Amino acid sequence: MADHDVLRPVGYRRTPAGILATVARYLALSVAAVLFLLPFYLVLRNGFATEQEITAQGWRLFPDRVHWENIGELLDDPAVPMLRSLVNSVVVSVAQTVGQLLFASLAGYGLARIPYRHSKKVFYAVLATLMIPAAVTFVPSFVVVSTLGWISDLRGLVVPVMFSGFTAFLFRQYFLAFPAELEEAARIDGLGHWGTYWRIVVPNSLNFFAAIAVITFIGSWNSFLWPLVIGQDQSAWTVQVALSTFITGQSINIHELFLAAALSVLPLVLMFVALQRFLVRGAAETGIKG
Amino acid sequence: MTGVPGSTVPGSTEPGSTEPKPRRGKKAQGGKGRGNARAFWLFVGPFAVGLAVFAYLPIGWSVLLSFFDARDTVTPTRFVGLDNYLHMLTEGPFLASLGTFSLFALFIVPTTFVLSLALALLVNQIGFARAFFRSVFFLPTACSYVVASLVWKLSIFNGVRFGLANTVLGWFGVDNIAWTASTDPPWYWLVLVTLRLWLQLGFYMILFIAGLQRIPRHLYEAAWIDGARPGWQTFRHITLPQLRATSVAVLLLNLIAAYQAFDEFYNVLSTARGYPPFARPPLVYLYYTALGQGGQDFGRGSAGAVILAALIAIVTLLQGKVFGFARRSD
Repeated sequence: MADHDVLRPVGYRRTPAGILATVARYLALSVAAVLFLLPFYLVLRNGFATEQEITAQGWRLFPDRVHWENIGELLDDPAVPMLRSLVNSVVVSVAQTVGQLLFASLAGYGLARIPYRHSKKVFYAVLATLMIPAAVTFVPSFVVVSTLGWISDLRGLVVPVMFSGFTAFLFRQYFLAFPAELEEAARIDGLGHWGTYWRIVVPNSLNFFAAIAVITFIGSWNSFLWPLVIGQDQSAWTVQVALSTFITGQSINIHELFLAAALSVLPLVLMFVALQRFLVRGAAETGIKG
Repeated sequence: MTGVPGSTVPGSTEPGSTEPKPRRGKKAQGGKGRGNARAFWLFVGPFAVGLAVFAYLPIGWSVLLSFFDARDTVTPTRFVGLDNYLHMLTEGPFLASLGTFSLFALFIVPTTFVLSLALALLVNQIGFARAFFRSVFFLPTACSYVVASLVWKLSIFNGVRFGLANTVLGWFGVDNIAWTASTDPPWYWLVLVTLRLWLQLGFYMILFIAGLQRIPRHLYEAAWIDGARPGWQTFRHITLPQLRATSVAVLLLNLIAAYQAFDEFYNVLSTARGYPPFARPPLVYLYYTALGQGGQDFGRGSAGAVILAALIAIVTLLQGKVFGFARRSD
């Protein structure tokens, strides 16, 4: 960002005190940055080190060399279902994101644009669900899902989380601000609500869809409590549940555990770096935890 | 707008204003009304069904279960009235879990507030490499609590000599500290609080930066003309008051997030021998009551869920009121 964006009285920074303050700021920020990056570094360091190097007495910043062979060791280890759980995570997160976007966007559009006698009541019923975070009601949700026979079943991981009142609310707000002239034009061309939605509204809203998709995907990938409750069998573990099982008890080689953690974080870190601006705007505008 | 789920809800939305003007004459209204109903449910129906089955049904069922003896069954027959609630509210563990939450909130809320505001101010005051620092502080948001727990528990705060914290302390001659297993003093709080700080500071920093950038420049310029110097004076009299809405949002979001704390407690404190008897926030307590190894008690688990839901609903409603208030005074 350009220097003139910084808000300061003219000439202020040129005084010795001003220069000192700037130096102090950069110093503080640099120390903080090192601390913030340290955990990422530790994941990589431990993931690509040998067991002896991790548990050695003298703590060294860099092990002798990067042990790439750890990757093969991790993926071949029959005791550690890491590949399976990564695949589960991909399936669950993608399905959850697609489902949430589909149902919530349709509902948001209906609530925003289709006049109907009971529309207001339905809207309030959606709003009411925002008062109680889903995590707080995991016991009741478990009861329903177990009745459906979806324990240790990917459906149980995906379907109950596909109906987000908050996402529907965000879509409704977005569609309220969508330029009505575009829809009018489609209407004149003889398209109904359905045709207008799919041919005009959605293609012109891809940015918004993408922003919600990214945020939903990250939330889904990192979620833990619900996958822990539902994924009781190893076959239904997501990567977070698999990692947790080894963190909280079952013995495993430490370097394999850290490497698995690195593999689970990598896709999101890449996504973050690539979509930085997008996410920052999304976080600031919606207040959604990524 | 610093939108928060609840913040935007009451007061700020007027569903009535969303109705488009009728486009046809009165004569068409009857038929059109039916057509609209069909179109409306075509769009909203699938979502409404999902919400009914996976949001309303569980809560209703759970209210029902909370009045029954529902050990190891979800279709109980023995009605016990308010026993489950009485048990929850008079026996120790559930209340202790609310106490644990309060203590956690007492640690995490003020520190998050001060540090995320400090980061936002620092990042906002520099010119060179601003985007870089903002990205670095925001990056941990990509990390799951599970992975953070792994790093904190097995690398940084590992209780043995090769743990990073113990290594650094060892340079100063301090003995090894069993960070996550030590109850006297309760070092595990340091582990849990620093973990959550690392993971969420960047997110709240972004909210504060957005708030800072909405403050009109001319307020500062006027203050400088009046002789105020950048620094504490303008911060105290311009920045802080202007950040009021953002500050309330940060505090409440943070509080609600702390209320739902589960992941890092579970992963940092559980060992092969199970979860220790101390430091069980509400969701951890419910998890072990309703789904624990010692038998599943859905009656008490449901009663606990109902109580927790009621408490959070009250906070959300208050939040709506506070936000409406804050926005009016802006």
